Amino acid sequence: MSMKPIDNDTDNRDGEDGAQVVGHILQPGVDISHKVILYLEEISVSFDGFKALNNLSLAIDAGELRCIIGPNGAGKTTMMDVITGKTRPDSGTCFFGQTLDLTRMTEPEIAHAGIGRKFQKPTIFENHTVFENLELAMKTDKRAWTSLFAWLSQEGRDRIADTLKQIRLDREADRLAGLLSHGQKQWLEIGMLLMQEPQLLLLDEPVAGMTDDETERTGELFKSLAGKHSLVVVEHDMAFIEQLGGKVTVLHEGSVLAEGNLATVQADPRVIEVYLGR
Amino acid sequence: MRTPFTLRFLAAMPRSGWIAMGCFAAVTLLLMPALHLFVPESSPFHVSNYAITLGGKIMCYAIVAVAMDLVWGYAGILSLGHGVFFALGGYAFGMYLMREIGTDGSYHSHLPDFMVFLDWKELPWYWAGSDSILWAMILVLAVPAVVAYVFGYFAFRSRIKGVYFSIITQALTFAAMLLFFRNETGFGGNNGFTDFKRILGHDITSPEMRATLFALSALVLMLTLLAGRYLAMSKFGRVLAAIRDAESRVMFIGYNPLHYKLFIWTVSAMLCGIAGALYVPQVGIINPGEMSPANSIEIAIWVAVGGRGTLIGPVIGAGLVNAFKSYFTVAFPEYWLFFLGALFVGVTLWLPEGVVGLWKRIRARVAA
Repeated sequence: MSMKPIDNDTDNRDGEDGAQVVGHILQPGVDISHKVILYLEEISVSFDGFKALNNLSLAIDAGELRCIIGPNGAGKTTMMDVITGKTRPDSGTCFFGQTLDLTRMTEPEIAHAGIGRKFQKPTIFENHTVFENLELAMKTDKRAWTSLFAWLSQEGRDRIADTLKQIRLDREADRLAGLLSHGQKQWLEIGMLLMQEPQLLLLDEPVAGMTDDETERTGELFKSLAGKHSLVVVEHDMAFIEQLGGKVTVLHEGSVLAEGNLATVQADPRVIEVYLGR
Repeated sequence: MRTPFTLRFLAAMPRSGWIAMGCFAAVTLLLMPALHLFVPESSPFHVSNYAITLGGKIMCYAIVAVAMDLVWGYAGILSLGHGVFFALGGYAFGMYLMREIGTDGSYHSHLPDFMVFLDWKELPWYWAGSDSILWAMILVLAVPAVVAYVFGYFAFRSRIKGVYFSIITQALTFAAMLLFFRNETGFGGNNGFTDFKRILGHDITSPEMRATLFALSALVLMLTLLAGRYLAMSKFGRVLAAIRDAESRVMFIGYNPLHYKLFIWTVSAMLCGIAGALYVPQVGIINPGEMSPANSIEIAIWVAVGGRGTLIGPVIGAGLVNAFKSYFTVAFPEYWLFFLGALFVGVTLWLPEGVVGLWKRIRARVAA
C-alpha cells in the first residue's frame, strides 16, 4: 500500500476563491510509491575549486525524521541549497519522490512541490505581523494575478489560529514579527513552514538560540510531525538529536561518513576522529 | 463568507481618507475649474492661466510620484529611470497633437514642421494612425508598458537588484534621451514637439480646455491613489513588501518574485505614461530633456521627501518640491540643483520617512 499525500482535501482548499492549490506549475503530490521521498545520488558541487559536496548520496524515507550532523564546512547547508534549488549541482541527481527532478526546478516550483525550508538564521518578514507572516506562507495559489484578488477565508483564518496556538504565538498575532525574541522568531519560521503543508521539511539548526525549555518543546513538535511529514534536521545540539531519536547521518568533507542511530554513530571511530573527538 | 469586491475596495481606506479625497475632488473637479472659467479676471478669486496650468502640471508629477512609490516604497525597487516612461507617454500623445496641427504649421504642410524641415516627403511608418486620438491613447499605455515589460523581464529574471538595477535604469533613460535627440529618430530631435493647436478640434489654449485637462489630471491622480491603495492593502501588496524585505524567503514559500515585480513595474510605467500624456498638452512642449537622468532622480527625491511606502506622501512630496522649484528657479535659478541636492541629503539624514513620517512623529508626541 502506498502512502497518501498528507492532505486529502488539498483539492478543495480555498475553493471559494476558485483558486487551484498548486497552480499551473506542477501536478499536486509527490510519488512516494517506493517509500522514499528524497534521493540524492552522487551529488557534487564545487565553488572555485573547493568541493562543498563530493559524490554525496543520501535517501530519506517518507515519514522519516533524519538528523544530519557534521563539522563546519561538511556541506550541510550546501546540501539544503541543492535540494531547494538555490544551488545547481555540477553532477549527480536529486529526486523528490519518484518523478520530480529537483535539479531542473526553480525555488518556487520546489516549494510548491512540497519542500519547506527553515534557514539557519531565522528569515521571517520583519515588517509584517506574525499573523501576516503565516498568511503569506499558507498553502494556496501563489500566482501574482490571484494574489491581487485573494481574500482570506474563514477556513484560512482558522488554520492560522491553529498554527498560532501550535507555535505558542497566539498572543503575538498582531505584533510585528521583527519585535519577537530570537526563539520566537525561530518558532514563527517553523510555523510558516507548517502553513505551507510541505511533505518534506528541511530544518537548518532550528533550535539555535532557544532556551532549554523551548528546545524541548521544539523536539516534541518535530516528533509529532514525523510520520505525516518527513523531516531533515541539521543540528549541532547532541542532546536535541538524542531527544529526536531518529537515524543520524554524519557528513564530512561533502560526503556521508557514517549513518545509523546516534549511539552507533557516536561509537564509530572515524566519526570520533573527524568530529566528536576534537 | 466572501466579501464583495466593492466592499473590500471601500475598506482599503479609512473614513478620513475618503473624506479627504472627497474634499480634493470638490476643489479640483468643481471649484478650481469654476473659478477659472466663470469668475472674471479682475476678481481676486479668479484662478489664472498660470495657476491652473501649474496645478495641472504638479498633479501629473504627483501621479508619477505615486507610480514610483509603488515600485520603490512597496517592492523596494529604486528606479532612476522613471522619466523615460513619462516621456514616452508624452511623446505618444504628442504625435497626435502634432497631427492635429494639420496645415496650420509654418510650412502649411500636412507633415509636422520638423519633417518638412528635414525634407521628408511622407510620414514614417510608426506615425501611422497617429491622427486618431484613440490610437494615441492606446500608444500612451502600450509603449511604456512594452518597454517596461521587456526591460523588467530581463532585469528581474537575472535577479538584478539594488544599486545595480538603479544604475541600469539611469542608463536606460540616458540611452533613450540620446536616441530621441537624433533627428533621424523621427520625433523632432532636440526641439521635440511643440506649437500644438488643438485637441479634437478644440483650441488647446482655451480656458475650457485648460480647465478640462486640469480636472482630468486630478481625476487620474485620485484613481491612481485609489488603485495604489487597493494594491497596497491586498495580499499582492503584502507579498511585494515581503519581497522587499526577504526575497529568498518569499521564493522558498513558493512565490515567484519575477511575476510580482514585473506586474507592479509595468503598471507603474503605464501610470507614468498616462501622466506624461496629460502633461504635454498642458505645458505645450515635449523634448528629449524630459528623459535626462536628472529628471528621473528628481522623481525619486519627491518620493523620499514625501515618505516612501505611504502613497499620499509622494503626492505631498511632488507638490512641495515643485512649488519650491517654481519659486526657486525664478528667484535664484543657479542655486536650484544645489538646493535639491541638499534637500535629498537632509531628508535622508533626518527624515528617513519623509514628511509623512514627521507628521506621524508630531502626532505621536502630541498624543503622549
